[in-house]
Amino acid sequence: MTRKLLLENDHIEGIRSYDVYRKNGGYRSVEKALKKMSPDDIVEEVKKSGLRGRGGAGFPTGMKWSFLAKPDGVPRHLLCNADESEPGTFKDRYLMERIPHLLIEGMIVSSFALGANQSYIYIRGEYMYVLQILEKAIQEAYANGWLGKNILGSGFDLDLAVAPGAGAYICGEETALIESLEGKRGNPRMKPPFPAVKGLWQRPTVVNNVETIAAVVPIVNDGGDEYAKIGIGRSTGTKLISASGNINKPGVYEIELGVSVEEFLYSDQYCGGMKNGKKLKACVPGGSSVPILPHFLVCKTATGTDRLMTYESLSEGGFESGSMLGSGGFIVYDEDQCIVRNTWNFARFYHHESCGQCSPCREGTGWMKKVLHNIEIGKGKMEDIDLLWDIQSKIEGNTICPLGDAAAWPVAAAIRHFREEFEWHVKEPSLSQTQNYGLISEKSFVTESV
Amino acid sequence: MNVEESKLNIELPRELLDEVQRVISMYPEGKQKSALLRVLHIAQAHWGYLSSERMDYVARLLHIQPIEVYEVATFYSMYDTTQVGKVKLEVCRTGPCMIEGAEKIISYIENKLGIKEGETTEDGIFTLKAVECLGACGYAPMLQAGEKFHEHLTEEKVDELIELYRQNPVANYMGLKND
Repeated sequence: MTRKLLLENDHIEGIRSYDVYRKNGGYRSVEKALKKMSPDDIVEEVKKSGLRGRGGAGFPTGMKWSFLAKPDGVPRHLLCNADESEPGTFKDRYLMERIPHLLIEGMIVSSFALGANQSYIYIRGEYMYVLQILEKAIQEAYANGWLGKNILGSGFDLDLAVAPGAGAYICGEETALIESLEGKRGNPRMKPPFPAVKGLWQRPTVVNNVETIAAVVPIVNDGGDEYAKIGIGRSTGTKLISASGNINKPGVYEIELGVSVEEFLYSDQYCGGMKNGKKLKACVPGGSSVPILPHFLVCKTATGTDRLMTYESLSEGGFESGSMLGSGGFIVYDEDQCIVRNTWNFARFYHHESCGQCSPCREGTGWMKKVLHNIEIGKGKMEDIDLLWDIQSKIEGNTICPLGDAAAWPVAAAIRHFREEFEWHVKEPSLSQTQNYGLISEKSFVTESV
Repeated sequence: MNVEESKLNIELPRELLDEVQRVISMYPEGKQKSALLRVLHIAQAHWGYLSSERMDYVARLLHIQPIEVYEVATFYSMYDTTQVGKVKLEVCRTGPCMIEGAEKIISYIENKLGIKEGETTEDGIFTLKAVECLGACGYAPMLQAGEKFHEHLTEEKVDELIELYRQNPVANYMGLKND
């Protein structure tokens, strides 16, 4: 039976409210942390747990925390990144909407560990109704002495507030989030200095994803070693996966890292297999930015081993034949889906969301969108495919923030694996308007791209 | 109307000014600019859209320069700087929603309301917008109206929603407390 650490109680009636949450063991980690542990003890437990950032980058959380500068007399801040906007990802909304107190509990313990006395949850503006759920839960936490001055008589003070964005994917990038929280446009900052040294209002700042902060609660309750027992290798603990696309049971699932992709995709416990008995064509396993995998590389790696839901296994083979766990936005495509259309759709998304600071991203995303659209509507030329490859290669690595990479990777992977489908669109401009290409042939992935 | 008069006519009601003060108090002294995004949501929910006069008013509330408000209001896609309908129907069009039929939902609404994506109905009730991922990929296709997410859309559900909002066009309460 799969262990659940975050969504263990999400089915309990009324768990959104303080009383029910508390009755079911809520806020125990705050009692333990503030009464029995030092901030460094908590950082140590998080390091031992092997917890890695759940927003997409997968950076070890304990290490990120240990980078936080602690100059005397300068306030530090913990910011929760609830700007969930990566297409295919809807796990944080699920968690905040159902168990808002879990996030608040995690914020209290994590703020204590970091010595932050004023913390914020930055939530995407479209989740305004979730912001209200969080604000109500925060009021309850204040009323019951978990926030405010001298919490549990420990001498630790914490104020917690929620701030909305207003529709900008880029604000999920941590320095853009900080700019936005300062009331500005979400233009990412040049690094260094890193937020750990100069973040919100030029003060040392840690930015963590909702799920990461929630995971600190079971880590403090049960210990980092216990958490690290779940999973495989450097992929420890549980992960929330948002499953969408042509599957029988879309939704949010908490998995133990290490479950096989095949089990996740086909078992009734999770996705329940392909909808309408269709064949699997492709899968984007970690949100729209990560490379798309053709059907024969989803459940198996290029060397024929079972692909697992772990950071390492999903990226096995590099970008030639692998992908990434990313945010856990698991999008499944059946044989009736068009990869050119999907790639154009994502390119349009990144063009819309580019902040416009760096020319490779600002211009390149628009260019890719237009070229892909031409191919999609039957007006493409064969050299357009090479042109796309050229554009994406010149965006990647040439921008201030990772949005450029995120825009380039899906285009590169689509051409790498589905080049024959792109060529078919060019060769069969009218047929491609009424039919889909179907599955691609298995051998094509070994071909060197371009 | 001269400039001074138009300024006088722009004022949020008392309860919303209290809400603005509550938001400002979330930040340290001198950092009130951090309240800007939230205050713009409040202003837009109250007035429907952010005219330059309304943005100037927000600048005065927060003791910042008008340009600091304009550049934010024009950066974020949720703010409208021109008149829109009382109810914005914002249909997600990104990846997972597309493969579940978002485009069909958009054309269905276009035909039903007799407008194109981006336009507002003549009676001023509906604006139809296609927007990027709203974080409801597993419940596609979906649209947002005001604060509400409407998921697993079908043509029948769209009919019901349009009827509902036509009779009670008050969906744009983004950022205001709903009791």
